Amino acid sequence: MISLRKLYLIMLFALCTNAVSAKEYTTLRFGVDANYAPFESKAADGSLKGFDIDLGNAICAKLQAKCIWVESDFDGLIPGLKAGKFDGILSSMTVTPAREKAIDFSNELFSGFTSYVFKKGSGLSENAASLKGKTVGYFQGSIQEAYAKAVLDKAGVKTQSYQNQDQVYYDLVAGRLDASLQDTLQAQLGFISSPQGADYEISRSVESPYLPSKTAIGIAKDNAELKAVLDKTIRALHEDGTYDSIQKQHFGDLNLYSGK
Amino acid sequence: MIELLQEYWRPFFFSDGQQITGLAMTLWLLSASLFIGFIVSIPLSIARVSPRFYVRWPVQFYTYLFRGTPLYIQLLICYTGIYSLAAIRAQPALDAFFRDAMNCTILAFALNTCAYTTEIFAGAIRNIAHGEVEAAKAYGLSGWKLYAFVIMPSALRRSLPYYSNEVILMLHSTTVAFTATVPDILKVARDANSATFLTFQSFGIAALIYLAVTFALVGVFRIAERHWLAFLGPAH
Amino acid sequence: MFETLLGALGFSAFSLKGFGPLLLEGAWMTVKLSLSSLALSVLLGLIGASAKLSSLKLLRLPAQLYTTLIRGVPDLVLMLLIFYSLQTWLTVLTVALGWEYIEINPFVAGIITLGFIYGAYFTETFRGAMLAVPRGQVEAATAYGLSRTQRFRFVMFPQMMRFALPGLGNNWMVILKATALVSIIGLADLVKAAQDAGKSTYQLFFFLVLAALTYLVITSLSNLVLRLLERRYAVGSREAVR
Repeated sequence: MISLRKLYLIMLFALCTNAVSAKEYTTLRFGVDANYAPFESKAADGSLKGFDIDLGNAICAKLQAKCIWVESDFDGLIPGLKAGKFDGILSSMTVTPAREKAIDFSNELFSGFTSYVFKKGSGLSENAASLKGKTVGYFQGSIQEAYAKAVLDKAGVKTQSYQNQDQVYYDLVAGRLDASLQDTLQAQLGFISSPQGADYEISRSVESPYLPSKTAIGIAKDNAELKAVLDKTIRALHEDGTYDSIQKQHFGDLNLYSGK
Repeated sequence: MIELLQEYWRPFFFSDGQQITGLAMTLWLLSASLFIGFIVSIPLSIARVSPRFYVRWPVQFYTYLFRGTPLYIQLLICYTGIYSLAAIRAQPALDAFFRDAMNCTILAFALNTCAYTTEIFAGAIRNIAHGEVEAAKAYGLSGWKLYAFVIMPSALRRSLPYYSNEVILMLHSTTVAFTATVPDILKVARDANSATFLTFQSFGIAALIYLAVTFALVGVFRIAERHWLAFLGPAH
Repeated sequence: MFETLLGALGFSAFSLKGFGPLLLEGAWMTVKLSLSSLALSVLLGLIGASAKLSSLKLLRLPAQLYTTLIRGVPDLVLMLLIFYSLQTWLTVLTVALGWEYIEINPFVAGIITLGFIYGAYFTETFRGAMLAVPRGQVEAATAYGLSRTQRFRFVMFPQMMRFALPGLGNNWMVILKATALVSIIGLADLVKAAQDAGKSTYQLFFFLVLAALTYLVITSLSNLVLRLLERRYAVGSREAVR
């Protein structure tokens, strides 16, 4: 007759192993900062929309899992992932060496470049020397911040960080900034194409080791299982054309996938 | 943690190589807004207790407005809201003023602290012992002399404990300055957090700095109370 | 409905442009958050005050540490610290105990954060109020043979409330205004709704002023309620000067 204590220990052990055993992904939680149109943004009724959102929903559909989108501000995405608030970060997060130290990434989701936005005819260019003495704004916590701190500050450019991308554009239009630094497509579709952006233009893309282009889904470290599942699903999306159709919906003939 | 401290101790305390940040900036914001708020609140508090309603009512409305709404919203209105109005941008003087983030922030903070300080001083003026005023009048003091030599010194001294509370609360309120891109202690902490992902450590350092400043201020005010309110305490 | 009303008043340029429901939702979230945080902080305050006034050093020292630390650090810093770390700590705890992962949604995290912070302020308020109750009352209650809980419920608490009400009212106002900061940690409250609406319609000033007026309405209503409560609890005592 097993003693009661041994019975409890066996039950506890069983519970532990259950929690650790292979996960059947019936629900997938993605963390997102929905302030970055056209990749992720909020509609007037509060629902989420955007390229990342559609890709995430497609991934869940392929896995026949329920998609839960957990909103957080950009700074809180990596801490939230590490704390287990969500399973993956799907928020236009570029793969950088610094971030790879903290979390893992899936295979490439898409690639994007960085450019400046400034007023038409201002005579500025993406050359850091031409911006000397001017004020440039960027989104805090992004790769553009790393570039600004490492390159622009040393080149004599005044830089200012903002809580979200909208505030950067706001101050640009207000005249507090001479230029803003952000993802090229985001600038084109999130600002230039809007009525506020009519007087503004995009520079050529900025080349720098601080500005990698690959964007992927962020995964908690040592979660090789989820990485395998996501990589497989992303490949499947390319193979059956779902990726292309979603891409066409948002960006027309533009191809964001570099395949690297 | 060590690298965090090594890399960020300078921005946390005074500068990040580009501009004044961190503790220096916070103390500057605090002193500038408190100074302006204090100076402006003295005439306002006298108006607040005036028996004439057309003198009293505008000040009452001002304090009601600024004490009934959060400082964060006031700052947002000053920084983003006002500058969005075409009327402001059309005027070159106003445009230049509201363009600078620092001006907007100090303006919002000063207006807020002035409202609270006005109410504190008004309360103290109202609670002055009637005998003091009677004696002053018996001596022939009236009008501005009455206020300058009898009422205000007494009221200011008695409001010291409440004013010290207000100063500490103002220190705590300066933390919203980073939303207007002013680089105070909390902004440096957020930068450190987004660069290193060491959330607890980055904000913990900021918390410790604020704690130290709070204790310093409490100490200063205790000395001030001992000096200026000595006449209220037991004889030592 | 708002649009027709404002249009009738000649403010056709100031319509809510369809953001009415979002703003109302934000306002409701603010009120919900404030009331829930108030409940939690009052509870923590009562516990803290009893601990601070207890004869056991084991209870007194942690309570003192709690009030000194929390009141010495700005609420926004504490909010950021606790909000981001709460989930991490809970995960560490559940993993260590072998439990299933417990999720805290942002709203609950906000309540825990605000309640914990303002519990310290309420501890001081209730401590002052408890000290203001004449000790003779408590002694008489003991003499009558009332148990500790009966003593607190029937003698200490009602009398303490009269002294605590001004402080309570003050702290309630502070909590209400502090909930405006939760938009910084990502919760969808009134300020966030106003900012979203303003940015989409490029009428930021209008929506921010609207949010400020909503806060003004809520604080004015609270003031009224507090004055009524003060009158009810002050029955039996006379005030020298109003």
